[in-house]
Amino acid sequence: MTTVEPSAQDIAEAPLAPFDVDAVRRDFPILGRAVRDRALVYLDNAATTQKPRSVIDAIKRYYEEDNANIHRGVHFLSQQATFAYERARGRVATFLNAVESAEIVFCRGTTEAVNLVAHGYGRGRIGAGDEILVTHMEHHSNIVPWQMLCKETGATLTVAPITEDGELDLAGFAEKLSSKTRLVAVTHASNVLGTVNPIRRICDLAHEFDVPVLVDGAQSAPHLAVDVQALGCDFYTLSGHKLFAPTGIGALWGRRELLEQMSPYEGGGSMIQSVTFESTTFAELPNKFEAGTPNIAGAIGLAAAIDYLNSLDMDQVSAYEDELLCYATDRLLTIDGLRLFGTAKNKVAVVAFALESAHPHDIGTILDTEGVAVRTGHHCAQPLMQRYGVPAMARASFAFYNTRHEVDALVSALLKVKEILG
Amino acid sequence: MSELRELYQQVILDHNRKPHNFGPLETANRHQEGFNPLCGDHLHVYLLLSDDGIIEDIHFDGSGCAISKASASLMTQLLKGRTDDEARDRFDSFHQMVTADTDTPIDLEAAGKLAVFSGVREFPMRVKCATLAWHTMKSALEGDAKVPISTEDQ
Repeated sequence: MTTVEPSAQDIAEAPLAPFDVDAVRRDFPILGRAVRDRALVYLDNAATTQKPRSVIDAIKRYYEEDNANIHRGVHFLSQQATFAYERARGRVATFLNAVESAEIVFCRGTTEAVNLVAHGYGRGRIGAGDEILVTHMEHHSNIVPWQMLCKETGATLTVAPITEDGELDLAGFAEKLSSKTRLVAVTHASNVLGTVNPIRRICDLAHEFDVPVLVDGAQSAPHLAVDVQALGCDFYTLSGHKLFAPTGIGALWGRRELLEQMSPYEGGGSMIQSVTFESTTFAELPNKFEAGTPNIAGAIGLAAAIDYLNSLDMDQVSAYEDELLCYATDRLLTIDGLRLFGTAKNKVAVVAFALESAHPHDIGTILDTEGVAVRTGHHCAQPLMQRYGVPAMARASFAFYNTRHEVDALVSALLKVKEILG
Repeated sequence: MSELRELYQQVILDHNRKPHNFGPLETANRHQEGFNPLCGDHLHVYLLLSDDGIIEDIHFDGSGCAISKASASLMTQLLKGRTDDEARDRFDSFHQMVTADTDTPIDLEAAGKLAVFSGVREFPMRVKCATLAWHTMKSALEGDAKVPISTEDQ
């Protein structure tokens, strides 16, 4: 009996999970445009995602119909804007399964959320001799704020190791935990390796030492259903723009009792109860952490993005993304001289790689002339680059609107790189 | 594609594969380290500068893309035996060429061997790749090697 290996074309045509990607693609206006006279193949979703029309329309509608400052005016528009902004907070709370909306603090994104915790929780609680534990796969935004806090307080930044496959070395992590540890900051999903970390297990280990855990959710929220209560973490951060919402909006979730103990991050309007020249009483949660006029339109856009995600069947989305990741991984491995970084068992749809014959920067430029957008460089994770002994990597990161044909376009473009530089 | 061929000219590919004057220079009396923090390119430029300002020898090493490596390699070839003033002039004309508007004509003859980098200006994101070695060299000439230089400080 002879068996016939399916050709790449057969694989490309094979049916995926019952998920109508063409219908979804029509919801994202930018996906229809050409780049450099070719159909855009957007594979830089871990950097930022594209926006569905419903998000763009929600922002437009807000500016055309409801624009006013919130929490201040008694006039109609101010009430409309306040209602929409607080409704958005409620949407984020439900999306993360927070206990209550007051635990959601709007901020610019994950970076600001981490800084807010480093400032509001770290100062006054963390001092000389204490330790803050991160992992080797963190983004700079989950390293540098802690490093700055350590420098200021005399605390030490400790680093949990990862395996060659890009998984957290849990035994190594447990070894780094001690009575000196004051905080654990760990990414839910790596922006480079795609690794999904076992957050529940990490939290259980940390909580044995009464250490709170901050989870960087920038890369997980777009791919996984997030339930902060089930994860068991203490802080969770997300960036709207990686979640099909606009730039400049994100959220911090924190347990009420922790947020209540924390000092404000910035001082200013909105975050006060009363002010005299002698002293200020701060507002209740979450306003205490939202000084100044916030990104109202951004919050409304974020709510619209969450509504859009809720309109999809996330189990289908997740199955589709898993298949796309497998397909991309298999196809990339057919290229001679290609090295994959991040082969963890549990991954989101992110593939980092390097070619023997070409620097990632050159890969990026040549792919771009083929209309294929990928990220190249150190991915704001220089310690991770050092871990793998490379100065830079190329990364294709997928969203549910990407297709197998786009993976094929990536592979053909990479063959062209080899033709030019090989 | 033609823009791409213009960027990756054969000379650039050759220098990328076999860079000239690559590796540390033991006799160097000037050394500077340069970074491009946006992409992680990282190189060192080593100079042997005589008392009367002649670049008697020049080497580089480090890691980077084809453009930055070829640029560094060609630079070392061109500057060996030149005076420090000539090197600064070359820096200026090179910098001007790769950052010029795409509709400004380039004097390819005056650019000489460096004309192979004339395609870089079509790729604004790659200009810093081409200029990293040159900025590092210029800083090494100034002799102020206390801190590594960065393309983002330029």
